[in-house]
Amino acid sequence: MEDLKEDVWELRLYVAGKTARSVAALANLKKYCEEHLKDKYVIEVIDLLVHPQLAEGDQILAIPTLVKKVPEPIRKIIGDLSNEEKVLVGLNIRPAK
Amino acid sequence: MSLEPSESRKMPSKLPKSNTGIRGLDEITAGGLPSGRPTLVCGSAGSGKTLFSMEFLVHGAMRYNEPGVFVAFEEKAEELAVNVASLGFDLNQLQHDGQIRVDHVRIERSEIEETGEYNLDGLFIRLAYAIDSIGAKRVVLDTIESLFSGLTNQAVLRAELRRLFEWLKEKKVTTIITGEKGEASLTRQGLEEYVSDCVILLDHRVENKISTRILRIVKYRGSVHGTNEYPFLIDEEGISVLPVTSLQLNHPVSSGRISSGIPALDKMLGGDGFFKASSVLVSGTAGTGKTSIAGSFIDKTCADGMRAIYFAFEESPQQIIRNMRSINIDLQAHVDSGLLLFSASRPTLNGLEMHLLNIVKLVEKFKPSVIVLDPISNLVTVGSDSEVRSLLTRLIDFMQSQQITVMFTALALNDKNSEQTDEGVSSLVDVWILVRDIESNGERNRGLYVMKSRGMKHSNQVREFVITDDGLKLVEVFLGPVGVLTGSARETQQLLEKTSEAIRDHAVSRKDREIERKRLVLESKIASLKEEFESFQEELNKSYIEDELKKSIMEENRKELTRKRDDLL
Repeated sequence: MEDLKEDVWELRLYVAGKTARSVAALANLKKYCEEHLKDKYVIEVIDLLVHPQLAEGDQILAIPTLVKKVPEPIRKIIGDLSNEEKVLVGLNIRPAK
Repeated sequence: MSLEPSESRKMPSKLPKSNTGIRGLDEITAGGLPSGRPTLVCGSAGSGKTLFSMEFLVHGAMRYNEPGVFVAFEEKAEELAVNVASLGFDLNQLQHDGQIRVDHVRIERSEIEETGEYNLDGLFIRLAYAIDSIGAKRVVLDTIESLFSGLTNQAVLRAELRRLFEWLKEKKVTTIITGEKGEASLTRQGLEEYVSDCVILLDHRVENKISTRILRIVKYRGSVHGTNEYPFLIDEEGISVLPVTSLQLNHPVSSGRISSGIPALDKMLGGDGFFKASSVLVSGTAGTGKTSIAGSFIDKTCADGMRAIYFAFEESPQQIIRNMRSINIDLQAHVDSGLLLFSASRPTLNGLEMHLLNIVKLVEKFKPSVIVLDPISNLVTVGSDSEVRSLLTRLIDFMQSQQITVMFTALALNDKNSEQTDEGVSSLVDVWILVRDIESNGERNRGLYVMKSRGMKHSNQVREFVITDDGLKLVEVFLGPVGVLTGSARETQQLLEKTSEAIRDHAVSRKDREIERKRLVLESKIASLKEEFESFQEELNKSYIEDELKKSIMEENRKELTRKRDDLL
């Protein structure tokens, strides 16, 4: 877990408008990051309704999608991020069991 | 049976349709796919789904001014561009011109973690963005089933797919959705549930190691459509579906004639040869000169400045040209002048339907007046008898509708059965010429019969068919006391007749001389009698003159005496 400390988590959350689901996703994400990655993360929220051309770059299909660009490997977590365990595994914060 | 796309316009149709530009498909569907609705194109791997949908887009962009979006779930844009470049489509240029947009949607199962609820708004937004950016009227989703391998929540996926198709309808884009064929259903994921307007099934069948591509319209709501299985072809021009079916028997007929290239055969057929646009079957046992007859026919046709195609199923063009040269027929000259086209293929190269399609395509391109299929017997190796028969029926129908004279050659396997060809097409054709071995006196000769010839007076006689260095000849056979004489028996008979003629001639001249002699004798007799008569006449004359003289002298004397007596007085 040493290298994790050097890294900054660059996270992008793709949403489409302010739906209940995306609001929930963002809230969940913030909560996990504050708990596990304090001061080591950047969250960028992209609203595809405003920037539809950005959907292609990260191969976004599902909404909401959280993309972890850094650290490698790239992972996508889709859904409202309600399952904390899965999100943490997906973000490489906690190793998969 | 018109293969022109204009046919569809005649049909009153309430459902607006979008032309696919795929040859033949627009006829079967009476105008194309339903406009503004999704169409499902399903089939197994390698059945041509991607190509089908790509053609739909490219033709839409190039011919009908309808830009299109290709959403590729399986292939990258560059791969697609390379794949369709072989068909002459420049996908990169079309993309550059804003006619087509290729959007590669990649779903990497390993990258994705699902937590909680989601929807596919991302896909919708991408699609909407792509559609709006080029004003697309056509959309292809190839193949949307990949979503099922990338995402696990089936309930969400199915609900979202339903919503997607509804949304596409609202967008008023004509959509093709491709789907892989499933075990029991048309598609693995049962997409047909969601797409209810039009379903097209592509199939790739292999029977007897020969593959045939088949297209069938499973359903087409609100429209009449052909329900048959239509074979289709993928070649350098893309997909072509040719609905070559026996439709109505109402082709225009021609009473024009076309020479068979063998003057004596023309004579047997009422003097002028075959009717134009008729079908001619030349059947016979092996080595009876069927190909030579076909070669003669082709030669004559091309010599008259008409175009012809020779479909060879047994020999290579070079072989045929060489062999024909031996009977003084130069087909190479016609090939060089562009009037003759050879198309040689082994029957086993393609399925039957493919052969038919190839023939039809070539005929439409080359526009010949005459085609020859040599021989049709070999087609049986790739299809059952009934299939071959159906193929030939449709071929004859097609050729008649195109006003093309077609000549088949067929091998009759054994002599006993030679009245019936294996393909059973003898009843279909207009003219049936049978070339048969006549074996007698230890040699085989060829006899040619005109078994039937519809609508014209034709000879009921057997002709001996002789292949000479100068071409084909028909010789009158001799009917002797032992039957039909051919070959050397005929020649012997001819010699015999010549001899007896000479003898007869001789006898006649002897008689003539005798008569002449008799005449001379009689004439000399007549001459001598005449002489006799003349001398007799002279004799008579002599005495008569003497009498006259005597009489006149006596008269003189009497007068003298009278005068003297008067003087004395």
